Amino acid sequence: MKITKQEVEHVSLLARLHLSDQDKELMTSHLDAILTYMDKLNELDTKDVEPTSHVIEVENVVREDQVRDSIPVEDALANAPDKENDFFKVPRIL
Amino acid sequence: MNLYELTIHEASDEMRRGRITSGDLMESLKQRISEVEERVHAYVTILDRPEETKSPSSDRQEEQGPLSGIPVAVKDNMTTRGIRTTCSSKMLSNFIPHYDATVVDRLRQNGVVILGKTNMDEFAMGSSTETSYMGATRNPWNLERIPGGSSGGSAAAVAADECIAALGSDTGGSIRQPAAHCGVVGMKPTYGRVSRYGLVAFASSLDQIGPITKDVTDCALLLNAISGHDPRDSTSVKVPAPDFTSALTGEVRGLTIGVPAEYFVEGMQPEVEDAVRTALSLLEERGAVIKEVSLPHTGYAIATYYILATAEASSNLARYDGVKYGYRTENASDLMDMYMQTRAQGFGPEVKRRIMLGTYVLSAGYYDAYYRKAQQVRTLIKNDFDQAFQTCDVLITPTSPTTAFRIGEKINDPLQMYLSDIFTISVNLAGIPGISVPCGFDNSGLPIGLQIMGRHFNEKAILRSAYAYEQQTDWHRKRPVL
Repeated sequence: MKITKQEVEHVSLLARLHLSDQDKELMTSHLDAILTYMDKLNELDTKDVEPTSHVIEVENVVREDQVRDSIPVEDALANAPDKENDFFKVPRIL
Repeated sequence: MNLYELTIHEASDEMRRGRITSGDLMESLKQRISEVEERVHAYVTILDRPEETKSPSSDRQEEQGPLSGIPVAVKDNMTTRGIRTTCSSKMLSNFIPHYDATVVDRLRQNGVVILGKTNMDEFAMGSSTETSYMGATRNPWNLERIPGGSSGGSAAAVAADECIAALGSDTGGSIRQPAAHCGVVGMKPTYGRVSRYGLVAFASSLDQIGPITKDVTDCALLLNAISGHDPRDSTSVKVPAPDFTSALTGEVRGLTIGVPAEYFVEGMQPEVEDAVRTALSLLEERGAVIKEVSLPHTGYAIATYYILATAEASSNLARYDGVKYGYRTENASDLMDMYMQTRAQGFGPEVKRRIMLGTYVLSAGYYDAYYRKAQQVRTLIKNDFDQAFQTCDVLITPTSPTTAFRIGEKINDPLQMYLSDIFTISVNLAGIPGISVPCGFDNSGLPIGLQIMGRHFNEKAILRSAYAYEQQTDWHRKRPVL
């Protein structure tokens, strides 16, 4: 096994994704098959290979820090599942 | 001929000559949609009054370009101001953006009429459009088959004449594979050629928007409109975009075409290989030089891709937390519970699987073994292409090892579904442009796609090859009977 049910439980917490018991079983078996397939990459010696994160050379882009209009509050809140006055509202935190 | 069958350039000609109006074209398409959409299900949203999507400034007669008045469909992962943008997910099923994606803005500036938003795999994760929360799209050539994915709605809408052209997005083949399966033209431009501003992010280092059209000329016309640097996307590149129609010469004399041996593998459908070999012979007869090349790391592309793409996706999709927009669960006991339940209820199985996989490969203790390793193999795959392009102008392969599979055939076996992307994924990893053009049909009458790949920012070479091929064949004129 590449991945256990306990690891799946841990990762689901990291990902903020509730899984039912049935989901956990299926997820473990699917992820195990996929991770086993990914072992293929270990056939390659990559000791001296630089990693690529971007294929096109990109540089940090900066701009003048000028005051500009931002999204109006009512637009920003238009899709909010819950709000109060000018704020997003969430269930209790503690 | 019915007006809905016209290409962009044909419709534009007819309008310029005063024989038809944009309104006539729209009426014809509305009629067509009412006849076939129920069976194809290409759209998530069809606009009631699409004419109102036109930019008012585009009505000035003297400035009318080739896209003016042309009805175009847009994949439902590009934001449209005031028009629901769902990504075919329950998570965004009620999301109404307050801004247009840059590509949508550019289409509007060119006088395009946005006809509607097309169906897709949920958050563009899939190869069949079956993972859509809005229901599967069907292949217009055979309603029991998948249209490909994730831009299956866009490809099916073009093939079924439910729009004149469409936009798709391509992270691992999501424009080219459905274009191949639906018998239309689809291009993924070079990474950085087209702005991603307003494209709902899946895997940011791989995503790119591109055209899905009825022929290669339309592909060039649409690419002209959407290309170019955008200050709102820091990865869009400051390279001047040429007039892509200037590549449509019909001439391939002296062009060197590489044929990678690794793309003709055991287990591929014999008719697909035959169609591609026949296409190569035809280009050779027209004066192109055919050369066998090797891309030795091709067999590692899928494993590499599904590590990098899911890692990026797990990070990008962390924003769906039920706070600012989108779905939120009811009756959560506290904030943590709200996050956990919202995401469990808002995402479908494939999206959850990829979030889990991505979170796992990025988690402490596994980062080097998976994520860093995959980034290193990405370098090797990119080097393969650099090597091949030292002696070749373009590379030609099949777009997909098989024609469209049956609905339901692979949906419960994620690994088999991933393996169907085998020929398209490397292009995204290397960031190069690729196009799929129709090149025949299998024994069941399903379309076959020819993939042409080029160097970074050399879309012109692939358009030139694709157009020269298209001039010699009439596959692109074939339409399904619906």
